[in-house]
Amino acid sequence: MSLNTCIKMKKIVKFKLNNEVITVEVFGDETLLTVIRTYLDKTGTKYGCGIGQCGACTVLINNEATRSCMILVEDVDNKEIITIEGMQLPNGELHPIQKAFVEIDALQCGFCTPGMILNAYGLLLKNPAPTREEVLIGMEENLCRCGSYNRIIDAILNAAKELNEKVKI
Amino acid sequence: MRPDKINELYFSDVNEPVFYDRRKFLKTLGKGIIVIFSLSELSLLQGWSQTSNSGNELDFNAYIHIKEDGRVNCYTGKIEMGQGIITSLAQVVAEELEVSIQMVDMIMGDTELCPYDAGTWGSLTTRFADPVIRAAAAEARQILLKLASEKLQEPIENLVANNGVIYVQHSETIQITYAELTKGKKIVETLKNKPTIKKSADFEIIGKPIISTDAIAKVTGKAQYSGDIKLPGMVYATVVRPDVFGSKKISVNAAELSIFEGVELVEEGDLVAVLHSNPEVANKAARKVKVVWDAPKAEATDKTIFEHLNNTITDSKLFEEEGDLEAGKKASKTIVEAEYYDGYKAHAPMETHSATCYFEGDKLIMWASTQTPFGLREQLSKELNMALEKVHIKQIFLGGGFGGKIYNQQAIEAAIIAKSCHKPVQLVWSRREEFMYDNFRPAALMKAKAGVDENGKLQLWEFDIYCAGTRGTKLFYEVPNNKTSVFNEKNVSGNSHTNKSNSISVHPFKTGAWRAPGNNSTTFARESHLDVTAFKLGIDPLEFRLNNLKNKDMIATLNLAAETFNWKRAKKEGHGYGIALGEDAGTCVAIIAQVHVDKSTGIVTPIHIVCAQDMGQVVNPHGATVQTEGGVTMGLGYALYEDIEFTGGKLKAKNFNNYTITKFSVTPTITCAFIDKMDSKPQGGGEPAIICVGGAIANAVFDACGARVHQMPVTPERILKEINKVID
Repeated sequence: MSLNTCIKMKKIVKFKLNNEVITVEVFGDETLLTVIRTYLDKTGTKYGCGIGQCGACTVLINNEATRSCMILVEDVDNKEIITIEGMQLPNGELHPIQKAFVEIDALQCGFCTPGMILNAYGLLLKNPAPTREEVLIGMEENLCRCGSYNRIIDAILNAAKELNEKVKI
Repeated sequence: MRPDKINELYFSDVNEPVFYDRRKFLKTLGKGIIVIFSLSELSLLQGWSQTSNSGNELDFNAYIHIKEDGRVNCYTGKIEMGQGIITSLAQVVAEELEVSIQMVDMIMGDTELCPYDAGTWGSLTTRFADPVIRAAAAEARQILLKLASEKLQEPIENLVANNGVIYVQHSETIQITYAELTKGKKIVETLKNKPTIKKSADFEIIGKPIISTDAIAKVTGKAQYSGDIKLPGMVYATVVRPDVFGSKKISVNAAELSIFEGVELVEEGDLVAVLHSNPEVANKAARKVKVVWDAPKAEATDKTIFEHLNNTITDSKLFEEEGDLEAGKKASKTIVEAEYYDGYKAHAPMETHSATCYFEGDKLIMWASTQTPFGLREQLSKELNMALEKVHIKQIFLGGGFGGKIYNQQAIEAAIIAKSCHKPVQLVWSRREEFMYDNFRPAALMKAKAGVDENGKLQLWEFDIYCAGTRGTKLFYEVPNNKTSVFNEKNVSGNSHTNKSNSISVHPFKTGAWRAPGNNSTTFARESHLDVTAFKLGIDPLEFRLNNLKNKDMIATLNLAAETFNWKRAKKEGHGYGIALGEDAGTCVAIIAQVHVDKSTGIVTPIHIVCAQDMGQVVNPHGATVQTEGGVTMGLGYALYEDIEFTGGKLKAKNFNNYTITKFSVTPTITCAFIDKMDSKPQGGGEPAIICVGGAIANAVFDACGARVHQMPVTPERILKEINKVID
């Protein structure tokens, strides 16, 4: 790291976080994870490994599931970010993915859960009716040490079903 | 095989609690009805002490508070780390107290609000806390009925409690709510006698599947973990670490820190930490601090460790002996001898060790990812030379523990830093630190010898255990001549966590309790060896086991697994079936695994796993199923790929890219089956299932491709090596 980075002037980054416009003063080379958790106090997004290997920090950036520990905040300027805090429906109800996780109890310690839900959301936005195999491939790089994998897949498939039924109505 | 003491303790040995300033303590609670329950005798359980020995603790194990609004607080020193006791304990309270589970709030692991608890480990909660809490709730119900009887002028026999309301039988309009009964009162009762508890036939909540009460907090991101706490003026700490575990600090050069604004350096003994109000600045600055370390000489690598253990540890202690080994040899037609190995495993919880703390005057307040809040309070009091009551550990969720969060190094570091800098401090270990300072499941070596007569009956069993302890090794097979020894150095009580030679560990880094300590290694060895023996005799592994079991519960559990799996069904090409049996925390476990092995690559694909258990009363069948699935899924890791590679104290594992845990694609279908025993005592549920995964997988791999791998993990390389041996 050069001396330059340390005394670098702060700059303003503007993005949408959970449908709210945010302007935040940053150095620019912070990870999005740090900005969300530390600057903006949204602690639902978790640190698990810091190198994009576990998925605990997954958020949506312009509807794409992304590891927030691998993204610099200056790269999300003018983008739309969704974190676990933005998943609930406007009326306060749980999002169908969250609901399915609760109903199937697809969680134990809960630490990987926000990342799992956001990764699943990104997956379903791309592929609204995935097969079990497609869910498995799409979720493969998210880790859960408690071993809730099978339930997580079931929950995502149930959520997909519910979301698709809603669309039909 | 279930320790008799556990049976004796169930609803017995109720002592009058003697504790420190009870009045003062209870004053802090509001009005209502409070029931205290103590099982002091639990402290006599060797190594499983559930009450404090210090004498000036609040010496009761749990209490229940029915508040003026009719809601119920249940206080326990246990913590929630994903094992689901926040739900199952509330279930038990709700059942006995006749309220809905939504009316129960669990207050857990707070050292100022909750009664002392030695730690959440050993699958003990449901076995010990559960009966205690259940009895306290039953007593509270009796008190409420008595109060209602006075108020309604009706004999107790005529009253019925249901959903927080007490009414007169046959005239339900005459009723009174718990809230009305408790209003303006303060009744404190100490449970002295065993209360009448409900029979299983009357259960409305126990035994019913209940979805986790904390699930909504966890899917919305509202559940808070130790690293989610933010305090005004808080600084983030990054500790400067050496490359090699066990290194001692020689010198520190922090000259380059001057380029960072607002950075602070803390140096306390070997602890060197950099602080900043921005965690990323703290991280960057820490990299600029140059520390010269004195690293210990490497004595072993992952390749030489078993030889090292075998050579270093020479003293043994007899664990169990029966009959005469010489007679056993004579009676045996076939004797099979082999060695089994298990490498180091990391706990690798998704949440790294974290702590947030601050001083309020001379008092330390802390949130920490710990399985032992009360143990941590003692550690901090000693380390910082503070009175116990000057340390307060608060309730918080844990992102997994698995036995790894009982040592609290991160919390002690955070407290030392906070004391030094006079600011609130947060310390969240990086994943690299999490691996380096983990208390690994120790590498273990087991030597097994089995002798069988012409009727396929075991006549001889000799088992030497190095570094895996004796948990679960009390022999449940019927072998007239047997001997189990545990190899440890002198002055070490043969536990499974640490093996020290003259107080210097034989391991190159810290070792400790890993979900069902030691039992994973020894069960793998015993169950592999039984299969090796059965195969040599040409006997089916299921038949061989049934023919040699004496324990009725184990036989029933194995039969349940075999029926559920359908053991006799035809195998597809490349597929194999494997069995393993074990006992842990009072629970009998039988796992049957189906795997596919690609003979050209050695890659194992688990297809289906059946896990049958006799865990006594299953309080929450849904929770027990989730725990079992989790144990099996986690267990596949140690069975198939988890291994710490190292040269002395230098680890290769620094993150998940060089330490593989189970992923989505490897998880097979898992079927759980429980023996129905609703009227018996509950046994352990968090750990038992995992112990049989290694043995069942190794046996299924052999069945699929003929490769007998004697070392976990059963990797493709090891499988191919064995396949090539068979071909040669």
